[in-house]
Amino acid sequence: MLNLLQTTVSKPSGAIGLGLTVLHVLIALLAPVIAPYDPTMQNADAILLAPNAEHWMGTDSLGRDVFSRVVHGGRLAISVTFAAAVIATLWGGFAGIFFGAVGGRVDEYSMRIVDAFLSMPWLLFLLLIISIGGAGPATIIPTLGFFYGVAILRVVRGAAMQVATRDYVTAARARGENIWPIISREMFPNLSDILLVEGAMRWSWMLLAFSSLSFLGFGATPPTPDWGLMVAQQRSLISTAPWAVFWPCFALSTLIIGINLLADAIGKALGLDRATAIAV
Amino acid sequence: MTDPLIKIEDLSIGFTAKGGRQAPILRGVSLELCAGETIGIVGESGSGKSTVALAMMGYLKSGLSVFRGSAVFDGHNMFALSEKERARLRGSSIALIPQNAGQALTPTLKIGQQIDEALQLHTDLGRADRETRTVELLEKVRLPSPEEMATRYPHELSGGQQQRAAVAIALAGNAKALLLDEPTTGLDVTTQAHILEFLRHLAQDLGVAMVYVSHDLGVIARVADRVAVMYAGQLVEEGLTRDVLNVPHHPYTRGLLASIPRLGEPGIPSSMPGVPPAVGSELTACAFADRCAQVREACRKGVPDLVDLGTSRSRCLFSNEPAAAQTTALREPEIRNDMALSLDNVAISYSQPGLLDRLLNRPTKTPTVDRASFTLQKGETLGLVGESGSGKSTILRAIAGLVSPRAGSITLNDGESLTAPVSRRDRETLRKVQMIFQNADASLNPRQTIAEILSAPLQLYFGLKGQAARDKAKTLLEAVRLPERYLDRFPGQLSGGEKQRVGVARAFAANPEVTLCDEVTSALDVSVQAAALSLLTRLQKENGSSYIFVSHDLAVVRAVSDRVAVLYQGRICEVGPSAQVYAPPYHPYTKTLMGAVLEPDPDTAPVLLADDMTEQAPPASGCPFQRRCPRRLGDICDSTLPPARQLGLGHVIHCHIPEEELDGDALRVAQSQDLLPTG
Repeated sequence: MLNLLQTTVSKPSGAIGLGLTVLHVLIALLAPVIAPYDPTMQNADAILLAPNAEHWMGTDSLGRDVFSRVVHGGRLAISVTFAAAVIATLWGGFAGIFFGAVGGRVDEYSMRIVDAFLSMPWLLFLLLIISIGGAGPATIIPTLGFFYGVAILRVVRGAAMQVATRDYVTAARARGENIWPIISREMFPNLSDILLVEGAMRWSWMLLAFSSLSFLGFGATPPTPDWGLMVAQQRSLISTAPWAVFWPCFALSTLIIGINLLADAIGKALGLDRATAIAV
Repeated sequence: MTDPLIKIEDLSIGFTAKGGRQAPILRGVSLELCAGETIGIVGESGSGKSTVALAMMGYLKSGLSVFRGSAVFDGHNMFALSEKERARLRGSSIALIPQNAGQALTPTLKIGQQIDEALQLHTDLGRADRETRTVELLEKVRLPSPEEMATRYPHELSGGQQQRAAVAIALAGNAKALLLDEPTTGLDVTTQAHILEFLRHLAQDLGVAMVYVSHDLGVIARVADRVAVMYAGQLVEEGLTRDVLNVPHHPYTRGLLASIPRLGEPGIPSSMPGVPPAVGSELTACAFADRCAQVREACRKGVPDLVDLGTSRSRCLFSNEPAAAQTTALREPEIRNDMALSLDNVAISYSQPGLLDRLLNRPTKTPTVDRASFTLQKGETLGLVGESGSGKSTILRAIAGLVSPRAGSITLNDGESLTAPVSRRDRETLRKVQMIFQNADASLNPRQTIAEILSAPLQLYFGLKGQAARDKAKTLLEAVRLPERYLDRFPGQLSGGEKQRVGVARAFAANPEVTLCDEVTSALDVSVQAAALSLLTRLQKENGSSYIFVSHDLAVVRAVSDRVAVLYQGRICEVGPSAQVYAPPYHPYTKTLMGAVLEPDPDTAPVLLADDMTEQAPPASGCPFQRRCPRRLGDICDSTLPPARQLGLGHVIHCHIPEEELDGDALRVAQSQDLLPTG
């Protein structure tokens, strides 16, 4: 594990990725300590102020401190999407290895269902579910987890099919092992790398998805500080007060870039090529 | 003697280890090669044979650097040139023919286009000239109907034809030297023999020099004028092939020759104990001292020099002393008159007839394996030989329950049926049949320790867990002569031979009655192979297990088998006691196969009978060997199934040719004879 970390950060891109990701997670955890103001506190005397010594990133149309809001803005997004990414990796990974190991008709038919899900415009589908189930994390986490899990399933199943043809799996089958020991003892340890990288990649995609939802008004609800929501609320003022839109965008992009670089570097350190590992 | 074309002087190549220490892979190698000459470089894996060959092209694998010495090709000091100049020389003056031509050819480009690409790069011919030249090149490599070949895609060619096409591409730049890195490894013996004859002629006709890298002394004996034996990065013996193979001076060369199983000699060849020094380690004594039977005090005092003995050079202090006698250990099988396994008319087919085929009453495809019948006694070893695609592994998979036979029955001694797939066999039946895989690299889970690997069958069949399983795993390792400390290692930390021992130990963990050995030694070096074969023989004696030993190597099968079945396209051609199968009269296919075997004997040559051709589906009727048979009688071969002729006790030949007319000729002829069939 330590070895993996060393190899990951040995390249600049890996070090930057890890740095950005850790920095964002730390900021989110320590937001109440870092933020100079209450992120929801409105100040009628300080509306749309340009960045200055008191408000480093300026203020928005309600006079709230943009810096404090940006610092807090990742908390909901990161925690919701992280939970969803864990769910997606667990169920998608398990089902992927299972179908890859079983093969045959079970696999064939299940994959057609997976294809159907993959061909759905998931954002619209998400909106539908949220409009029925409400916009809380209790709806968003399982929904994101399910949809992204389908994509992970597809990728992991492809890799599992290859592992299933290796001689050590054939040896276990010839020995008469059941499907569970084959999956857990023989296959999973050889697929955990791909799962790790896939999970990290999907996490970054979910962040983007969650922010899009917030932007559309279905994710975070006002007055919660959230990057997507901040952009949505302040976008009409982009020409007069660009800072209120720029900084949340900047925070979101750096986090997504960071996770992407990190996932790439981990994949390379593990000897995986994302170009071949990701088939969807 | 003219100026050598390639001259390597005191070349040391290596990598920089942790702490800045220079770790050599090649240690001061000096070699010369004249125009038109063929040199064979032979050695075990890790001996530096590929490194020295690539260095002749001025090529270093990544991470390696030249510590000392030079490589001069045709007057160019390869390592002093710029990368650009080197790249220009490669391909135009010296070309590499890769190990696996099937993978080296681009699958989406026609053969003609790929040759044209090379011509564009290395010549300034116009389009029309290039087209004529492409056909000329295909003619030169003796591909049938070259115009038509140029329009084919690589997958439409047989393995041997692909290798020839790769040679044609290499020749596009008018190379003066060809570098061949194990070009026939993995090919069938018949294809290999054809390719080697072709290469010999090519070298003679075009006057190109060839550097032939191989682990197989039989191959080297056939193609090379001179041979260089590499060990631990050093040249240990070098000289004319005939001299070195007839009178080897270095104990390593002798050991290597003695560890090769021969067609004419039953029994397990002697193996060399120990392992070569680790790659890149510091040498303070003779590199071979630890494995040498004739080691003396002086051998450990310093690294010996390469001594010129007149006919050859040898790196041994005692080169001129007579060799210790090398013996082959005769097997003493304890065969009990009790059936272990029997196959009765087994047919196996990978493709099921579809619904549409059944509705339209289309003829079903001929099965991969058909009418396979044989028996196996307790304590006996049955060898299955045949080319790739002969169905020998398929039969093993059916016995193991990984594929289900379409017809026929497989039964264990107690009448228990093995026709059911793995999922429907009970645990006790599963335990009785175990399989050892070809490639220990792939058959051991890289993420499990040896203890975990050996515990899996112990837990499954005997319910052993924790310490009990570990203790048993320890005794299993002892049985295959591996130290206890290996229990906590991962397969990646073991050598190839050690991994295969773990694979053997895993099979014997179940205490099986029938052990299926699928090409178990084909991925091993010869010296390691001999040790693995004697290990299997010893375990058989201790456990009384019966073996089915599948291999494409007839000499290996001869060494370990009591009886042999020869398969062609899934049909048994001949079955009988090995002494009878390996002696005349032969089935025409058995003769074809045996004639193509290469032995490290520079004075004789193989007999090439059947053509090297693209494998087709087995014929629907008649004799399976009808298309390639050198002794075809006529229509009867196409229409009627050959009769089973009883030649002796348990010796059956399936052939239309009457017994007294079956071939009894010698399998090998004098080296000087020209063997290449035209076309």
